[in-house]
Amino acid sequence: MFGLKGDWSLEVKDRYFTLEDYSGAEPRWCTGCGDHGILAAVHRVCRDAQLEPEKTVAVSGIGCSSRLPHYMNTYGFHGLHGRALPVACGIKSRRPDLDVWVATGDGDCFSIGAAHWVHAMRYNMDMTMLVFDNGIYGLTKKQTSPTTPLDVPTNTHPSGSLLPPLNPLTVTLGITNVSFVAQIVDWNAQLRHQVIKMAHEHKGTGFVRIIQRCPVYVEAIGKALQNEPARMRLLTHEFGVEVDDSVKRLFPNHGEHDPTDLPAALKIAADDSVLPLGILYRNPDAPCYDQMSSEGLEMSAQEKLAGLNQAFDHFAI
Amino acid sequence: MSGKHTQEDTRYLFKRDKTWWVKLAVPRELRDVLGYDLRRSLHTRDLEEARSARWDAIAEFREKIESATAEQIMGSTPSAAAKREHHEAGHQIVKEHTVEIVSDSGEGAQKCGQIFGLVCGKMGNGVWTVEIIPAEIQPPARERQGASGIRVRMGSHYVTNMGDQADLVVAFNEQVLYSRIANGAYRKGTVVLLENMWAEDPDEKIRQQYAEALQDFYAQGLIVHELPIQKECLKLVENPRRGKNMFVLGMLCHIYQRDVDKAKEEIAKTFRKKSAKVVEINHKLFDAGYAFARDNLDYEYEIPSADDERLASAIVVNGNQAAGLGVMAAGIDLVAMYPITPATSASHYLADDFNLTGGFVHQAEDEIAAIGFAIGASYAGKTACTITSGPGMALKTEMIGLAVMAELPLVIIDVQRGGPSTGLPTKIEQGDLLSTLFGVPGDSPKVVIAAATIAECLEFVSVARRIAESFRTPVIVLTDANLATGVQPIARPDVTEDWFPPPLDQSDWDEDVPPYDWDEETGLSERPIPGMRNGEYILTGLAHNRQSKIAYDSASNQEGAIMRSRKLATLAATLKPPEVHGDETGDLLIVSWGSTHGAIEEAVDRARDAGKSVASVHLRFLSPLEPGLEEIFRGFRKVMTIELNYSDDPEHPLINKETRRYAQLAQVLRSHTLMDIDCWSVVPGHPLSPGRICQVIDTHLGKLEGVH
Ligand SMILES: Cc1ncc(C[n+]2csc(CCOP(=O)(O)OP(=O)(O)O)c2C)c(N)n1
Ligand code: SF4
Ligand SMILES: [Mg+2]
Repeated sequence: MFGLKGDWSLEVKDRYFTLEDYSGAEPRWCTGCGDHGILAAVHRVCRDAQLEPEKTVAVSGIGCSSRLPHYMNTYGFHGLHGRALPVACGIKSRRPDLDVWVATGDGDCFSIGAAHWVHAMRYNMDMTMLVFDNGIYGLTKKQTSPTTPLDVPTNTHPSGSLLPPLNPLTVTLGITNVSFVAQIVDWNAQLRHQVIKMAHEHKGTGFVRIIQRCPVYVEAIGKALQNEPARMRLLTHEFGVEVDDSVKRLFPNHGEHDPTDLPAALKIAADDSVLPLGILYRNPDAPCYDQMSSEGLEMSAQEKLAGLNQAFDHFAI
Repeated sequence: MSGKHTQEDTRYLFKRDKTWWVKLAVPRELRDVLGYDLRRSLHTRDLEEARSARWDAIAEFREKIESATAEQIMGSTPSAAAKREHHEAGHQIVKEHTVEIVSDSGEGAQKCGQIFGLVCGKMGNGVWTVEIIPAEIQPPARERQGASGIRVRMGSHYVTNMGDQADLVVAFNEQVLYSRIANGAYRKGTVVLLENMWAEDPDEKIRQQYAEALQDFYAQGLIVHELPIQKECLKLVENPRRGKNMFVLGMLCHIYQRDVDKAKEEIAKTFRKKSAKVVEINHKLFDAGYAFARDNLDYEYEIPSADDERLASAIVVNGNQAAGLGVMAAGIDLVAMYPITPATSASHYLADDFNLTGGFVHQAEDEIAAIGFAIGASYAGKTACTITSGPGMALKTEMIGLAVMAELPLVIIDVQRGGPSTGLPTKIEQGDLLSTLFGVPGDSPKVVIAAATIAECLEFVSVARRIAESFRTPVIVLTDANLATGVQPIARPDVTEDWFPPPLDQSDWDEDVPPYDWDEETGLSERPIPGMRNGEYILTGLAHNRQSKIAYDSASNQEGAIMRSRKLATLAATLKPPEVHGDETGDLLIVSWGSTHGAIEEAVDRARDAGKSVASVHLRFLSPLEPGLEEIFRGFRKVMTIELNYSDDPEHPLINKETRRYAQLAQVLRSHTLMDIDCWSVVPGHPLSPGRICQVIDTHLGKLEGVH
């Protein structure tokens, strides 16, 4: 009738989730901390996607940023310093039905958890991975992190870090089977929301490095960028982010970049003079380990028993 | 010395359950008619009475033996006549034998022994095979330390360990025998069937080495037969380096009267992926070896089958395969691991068969990631397993602490090897007991169980999974390199669906129940699983309260610690005291744990047969400990552990009461019972033999003499 399907009906969900349904405990981050804004974006993306809170798991390591799960009203796993990714991968491998989020810091991910970072990118399991990069160890009170800029004094390097900072983008882009790499700053709500949303919708590991302000210990890092927008370059593309003019006005340095072009992404990432924002790389077709690891999950107890007897038969005399 | 005094004149006597017995050995040729010895109880506990009562019995026994001899000579029973004939041709019936096949690596000695062991198993013998593995992957040829091979111990009883010195050895070259001799693997009278091609080697140095070695072996008391194995094989194949092993298998099958069809069937199975021609040539080599032994060797042994129900419907596995099967039988569908000897072969096996039960092996980037992955799976409702060895355990400690703190079920298998550090990767040690019990910072109560047998490597994974889930705790299963590589026929477990965990519970959680709803009495609580509505909680490794909220206050921290510890007491209350092997009172009690079980019980049996007052008790639960230990220990004048880990030699001048470091279980038991528990332990990198344990028993019983 009228060319409509017989069972046509307006999809009325019996549950509708508001932002409040995703909010957990009152955040304890300092005033002015960039983490607040990131949390707000995560809540919004969950709401937009109408994720069932009981089917959503936020996994983190240890650090200021890793407190995020406590501020969610979903399931959460606040584990060990550096070890969020293996736990998240384990969850996803047995429970592909769960929506998995990872919150990690620059120390948590790029230093103590570096091995897991490299390998989790390669596993490319379907999850959203947010790195809160404040360029400092926040929770333990101002020690040098792998991304601390040279001229920033810390408690372990009072006259500034001895080594040039690690470039997380070139490293991540260099990992085989990486499928989504983006970078944002915590202080632009529109860009933040759009990129995290895209990372979430992406099939595979959506890696987002978030330049996050820590006004308590390294105010200068955020200030310098905010005062000098020219040091950032916004990458736009129909297959990447598309922001309105108001955002483009804030980032006068902007231009097109095709996120399917890996060599171009690497080149942009390697240029230390400007900080690229937006989607650097995106490949929805990269194989996902969670699909490989979860193949036998549907097997019934009877089938398992039969399989087990077959295994015993291999050793029977 | 007073010690000698009590030993005096107990000829033909031995003590059992405090009562004196008399026994007389039966000559070898009559053993199939009369058994190994004639014995009976003298029904007295008094040694003087026993001394005078024994002579009647001895006279009676001698009479029996004489008449049996007469009967055999007259050939009045056909079976005796037949057996006599066989005896003349070198035929002997033996209760058990231990055979070794040693070669350079890559010559197939292990394959030969595996098939031989399988055939013995199929013929109803108890069997234990253990591989002799060189430390290097491809050591140079004819290298003393490069011995690669296999030991097969087979018997008319259920065999639980690798035994003492070998009875018969086949060696592909003479050099590889040296490391075995150094390990004490042979005795005076061990028969060595030695490849003799080296005697005519074009290289003079080799000829000389061979000649010298022969002299050494004779001096050792080995009975060496030089055999032209290579020459015989060359009649059938161009390159006997491959194929010699099947010739040797044929020889062994004749020597031990093994079923030829069964052996050939196994050969065909081994080469099933190769062409029919390959099978055929290997069958020919087998036949040639069989005929060669028949025509040229005067050794024929018969090992009657064992009457043991465990062998009635058996599977032949090593401990790592058993652990892999155990994972499947436990209904676990994820093993996360990082390769490490000697644990890796468990994951190799699983990689082959795990798909049969829908499982997946995750090879992680390191051991921390492996346990993290497993913890993630467990948190999400699918109790997982991680398997490793000592160095991997060290890396996993922080994660084990997390699982303890957050009360997550998890099965951790530690296949122990020699330590510390990289230690002895391929060799056995029971060195991880204390580190698994106490190696995690803070108070970290967890369950630790140790498999004593290959069968337990399988069963204990299921036990562990169930305890892990009921008690919301990680469970560590300790096995070791000896179990991992030992192969034994074990009873095929009768697995039913209730071995598997129930299907994932995704029903709604009761909103009013917090995620750590600790029962004050037991410490137990149920946990919400992601997917359960209203169960949402944030798991944390920080101190937390019942709501799983971070709680730094003293009361919450104290309460959490109490509840986690209480679970161990609750579990302990469900355990039974261990059974004493032997009498419940006596002079010496040996306490053991792990894979030394079989050898220790065998040694205790031998010592008891010789009239010694010794018993043993084996612990399977190490945390919590099984109940009633103190009471058991009180039944003995002396209690000691025998372990394969390091302890100080109490005789050393620097070692005294204050400096002495005890073996690991001994340390635990001393603090547990406040009793003066002694120990004897070593770290030789190989399993303990019953013979060695007998010596230890004798020494310690000897020390007791005169101490009243
Ligand atoms: C094994 C271990 N080592 C060290 C620490 C101490 N520690 C906690 S958080 C942290 C660094 C946090 O820095 P980052 O990951 O950048 O997070 P931030 O606090 O800046 O968000 C350190 C060193 C720990 N908890 N565990
Ligand atoms: S210390 Fe820095 S990173 Fe941590 S909460 Fe405060 S502002 Fe944020
Ligand atoms: Mg940081």
